[in-house]
Amino acid sequence: MAQTATTAPERAVEAAKISVRGVSKIFKRDGKEVNVLDNINLEARKGEFVCILGPSGCGKSTLLNIAGGFLKATTGSITIDGEEVNGPDPRRIFVFQERGVFPWMTVEGNIGFGLFKLPKEERRHRIAHYVKLVGLEGFEQAYPQELSGGMKQRVEVARALAVNPDVLYLDEPFGALDSITRLIMRSELLRMWEAERKTILFVTHDIEESVQLADRVVVMSTRPATIRRIVEIDIPHPRDISSPRYLELRDSIFEEIGLAHKV
Amino acid sequence: MRRWESYFWPLVALVAVLILWRQGVIYSGTKVFPSPFEVQRGLAELIRKGLLWGYIGDSLFRVGSGYTLAIALGIPTGIILGWYPNASSALNPVIQLMRPISPLAWIPLSIVWFGVSNFAAIFLIFMASFFPVVVATMNGVHNVPPMMRNAGVNFGLSPAALFRRVIFPAALPQVLVGLRIALGISWLVVVAAEMIAVDSGLGYLIIDSRNAGKRYDLVIAGMLLIGGIGLCLDLSIRRVELLKSVRWGFRNE
Repeated sequence: MAQTATTAPERAVEAAKISVRGVSKIFKRDGKEVNVLDNINLEARKGEFVCILGPSGCGKSTLLNIAGGFLKATTGSITIDGEEVNGPDPRRIFVFQERGVFPWMTVEGNIGFGLFKLPKEERRHRIAHYVKLVGLEGFEQAYPQELSGGMKQRVEVARALAVNPDVLYLDEPFGALDSITRLIMRSELLRMWEAERKTILFVTHDIEESVQLADRVVVMSTRPATIRRIVEIDIPHPRDISSPRYLELRDSIFEEIGLAHKV
Repeated sequence: MRRWESYFWPLVALVAVLILWRQGVIYSGTKVFPSPFEVQRGLAELIRKGLLWGYIGDSLFRVGSGYTLAIALGIPTGIILGWYPNASSALNPVIQLMRPISPLAWIPLSIVWFGVSNFAAIFLIFMASFFPVVVATMNGVHNVPPMMRNAGVNFGLSPAALFRRVIFPAALPQVLVGLRIALGISWLVVVAAEMIAVDSGLGYLIIDSRNAGKRYDLVIAGMLLIGGIGLCLDLSIRRVELLKSVRWGFRNE
């Protein structure tokens, strides 16, 4: 839990936390079959931060929803610690964009939402801890509508972390935030990740975001999505986003996706 | 707008309407339409005879009973229809067929079933408010964002807890809109119901004042009372919408 900077050899020893084996997904729409995911194979180690990067509508969210247990794969399976995913489970929490907070509850109520099995005292304790972790002291009694987008997103992350899951699934969590808040939230998320070391699957369409955050970036193709390449981001945190290595990795992904890096 | 202005201008408008009313009565020389002062005297007479509070109480009692009954049956019905898609696709056509039928169309049947009695009026108010409550609750439950439902499921809630902690609070603002519409309709319907099905209440006051002596001052007094009480009912149910746990659902602030 307390390891600070994971080095490559250390990680290689650890068994796969999440393994995605031959996952395909075919949706039926208006009698037509839409092939969304095509034979995805992927592993994430315990405590690893994996970004799934791809263009909008490529099926990366579908993959995350299958991993979360909200959708069934057409073929293939996803296992976590060797156990097949068969539905949603509090050990792995799905974080949506900030619209997922419950608007009828205070910040405290939201963060404590999943703690209904704990005794009152411990629940209070945990809530206080996570309010502090996400920097929302003084807003415990505030309702989501009184908060900014970034603060709502913090509430949602805190609500997820509070139940102490092994795995966090984040589905374009910062997509609705302005670009400055988004940058702040990225470093906040990294800070929380270093404190708690959850295994994270993070879906995004933002190349910079993926290179800033992830240990590995899984680059997906357009639909039907396949994995084009997996890029190891071997830069320690905090990352200098003007360093040659950062730019090199970023540009290689730009190239992979087939974008000329010019506006 | 400053604070005093938000009271001042409506007051000016009210006084202006009263003056126009009075001058209109004087200039036209009408024998039928009473002036504001006559209406005020009529009201005083009703109070003196001890009829006013009884009539108001009777009307409110009928609305209260029919409306409460509609809520008690309508919300559970709406929840079931919103929760089980099969139930709603089976029953929705029937509901949509019943809904546009004016509650007043039930008057003949209500009198056959309940005679000239409180029950007839209560039944009419029930019919008036039941469908708006059912439809609003059904839509409210049905429209809970899947994202919220999923979040609840993700945290390991049992179906009962999911309903209590996610579905119901998420649907509540829409349910409240239905309750408010239903209350408004109930208050409209009670007047008609009392004109036909009973012999007390504000609706009865209006029709009886006309029939038993063409007392148009009392007719207008009754109308104004209905307007004033209806306004108070609407204002009080609007206060519920300001509660923090439902305010998020209302865009009008």
